[in-house]
Amino acid sequence: MIRRTLLAIVLVVTAFFLLAPLVLIFVSALSQGVGLFFKNLTDPAIAYAIWLTLLTALIVVPINILFGLAAAWTVTKFEFRGRTLLIALIELPYSISPIVAGVAYLFVYGTQGLFGPLLEAWDIKVMFALPAIFLASMFVTAPFVARELIPLMQVQGTDEEEAAVTLGASGLATFMRVTLPNVKWAVVYGAILCNARVMGEFGAVSVVSGNIRGVTTTLPLQIELLFHDYNIVGAFTASLVLVGVALLTIALKLVLERFGGAELGADGRRH
Amino acid sequence: MRQRSVIPGFGLALGTTVLYLGAIVLLPLCALVLKASDIGAAQLWTILSAPRTLSAIRVTVGMALAATVFNAVYGLLLAWVLARYRFPGKRLLDALVDVPFALPTAVAGLALTALFAKNGWFGAPLDAIGIPVSYTPLGIAIAMAFTSVPFVVRTVQPVIEDLGADVEEASRSLGASDFQILRRVIFPAIFPAFLAGCSLAFARCLGEFGAVIFIAGNQPGKTEIVALLAFIRLEEYNYGAAAAIAVVMLAMAFTMLIVTNLIQSWHLRYVGRGD
Repeated sequence: MIRRTLLAIVLVVTAFFLLAPLVLIFVSALSQGVGLFFKNLTDPAIAYAIWLTLLTALIVVPINILFGLAAAWTVTKFEFRGRTLLIALIELPYSISPIVAGVAYLFVYGTQGLFGPLLEAWDIKVMFALPAIFLASMFVTAPFVARELIPLMQVQGTDEEEAAVTLGASGLATFMRVTLPNVKWAVVYGAILCNARVMGEFGAVSVVSGNIRGVTTTLPLQIELLFHDYNIVGAFTASLVLVGVALLTIALKLVLERFGGAELGADGRRH
Repeated sequence: MRQRSVIPGFGLALGTTVLYLGAIVLLPLCALVLKASDIGAAQLWTILSAPRTLSAIRVTVGMALAATVFNAVYGLLLAWVLARYRFPGKRLLDALVDVPFALPTAVAGLALTALFAKNGWFGAPLDAIGIPVSYTPLGIAIAMAFTSVPFVVRTVQPVIEDLGADVEEASRSLGASDFQILRRVIFPAIFPAFLAGCSLAFARCLGEFGAVIFIAGNQPGKTEIVALLAFIRLEEYNYGAAAAIAVVMLAMAFTMLIVTNLIQSWHLRYVGRGD
């Protein structure tokens, strides 16, 4: 009896709270037919926003994969003073509001910022331009790959690498042929989560981009612009693209947790 | 500095990590703090004690608390159902919990706004019984609750799974009632994780921006959150005020980070003692 009541409560609340927003986006975006949805997608503003969002992900995700690998390699394969502090620093962006990140970037690269005069003298535009979007996205997602790798590489220890090195393998060969194969699914897992966040980041990008129409409008920013223009169908069209990314992310995550082997099996649920 | 190891690449890996973190994370944060310290204590106080700032802080903290209380109950039930019950559609329910993490906040904000607007699916009936949601603090709480619910579920769920049903069966065979089992056996075991999950959710609510600004209406003094006020000050070129407000948000984030870590280390000791 208690069991049924609890289950019923949870299912009803979840349907209203977590499922209804998704259903609403599908219904609203496709309200005038699938044909019109695809026609809306080719609207130059939306098409540009999709392109810019993809470009941002293409730049930021690989960089954060490399950073994640370097960071995890540092803190799991070596013992050194300040290691705990370094781990805390790696995870720091996770706790900071994207708005704070955006505001902070302004005080580095803005005209009033630390490098402002220097950048102006060299005529390099960072703020309210594409570089700022990439940098802010890097800040927000810096921990995503490292977070997945650190606990895993901690458990795996250093025995295999030590054996490889002792048998004469170079550092690069050890990394490529011993370490990387052991963590490849965790890298993919982290990269997928990182990608979803980069494509969907709103707060930080909103501050640093200046929201210049047709120049710095990523998809999430384009949604806000369309919303303020009372172009609700357009806003939902752009939203449905990102819903697609989100659902694909969840699906890939489930597949990886199931087939990613022992690597992700242990605590693939972790966030 | 480090213990001798046969594995090469320490210098390169450490250098890359520190350089990247320094340039991408620490440099901006230092610049922010520097800017805020530039404006002086008196000016800082004037900015932070202004009625508009205070009311933004009050709305943000108040609604973050409300959202966290909701998520404490709903998230705990959700975690319990997922960890303990078998039912058709369980995988789907488990996947749905990831939606707030995977869905961009702007999309969530837009969808919630449309749902709770006066003519929306939920907004219309709620408005009819005299509960307006969009453009009210309640809307802010709903948006915050949506984006932060997975924190509670995903922190508590593994602990309930680890607890195992045998503990309950043992208590029952020793004559404990359902309520006694819940109060004396289950709750103490999951309490630290539950608290950690709530504090993570609360921290997320405090910094939430995208989901909230769509539904809030953003009326100064009524439905304006701290994050938005920082943003507005920037757009007014009032960089000092923006820096001051952002530093307050940063301080709140650090406080919550420390609180969460304390809870987690308490939790680890707690688990350790049980072994």
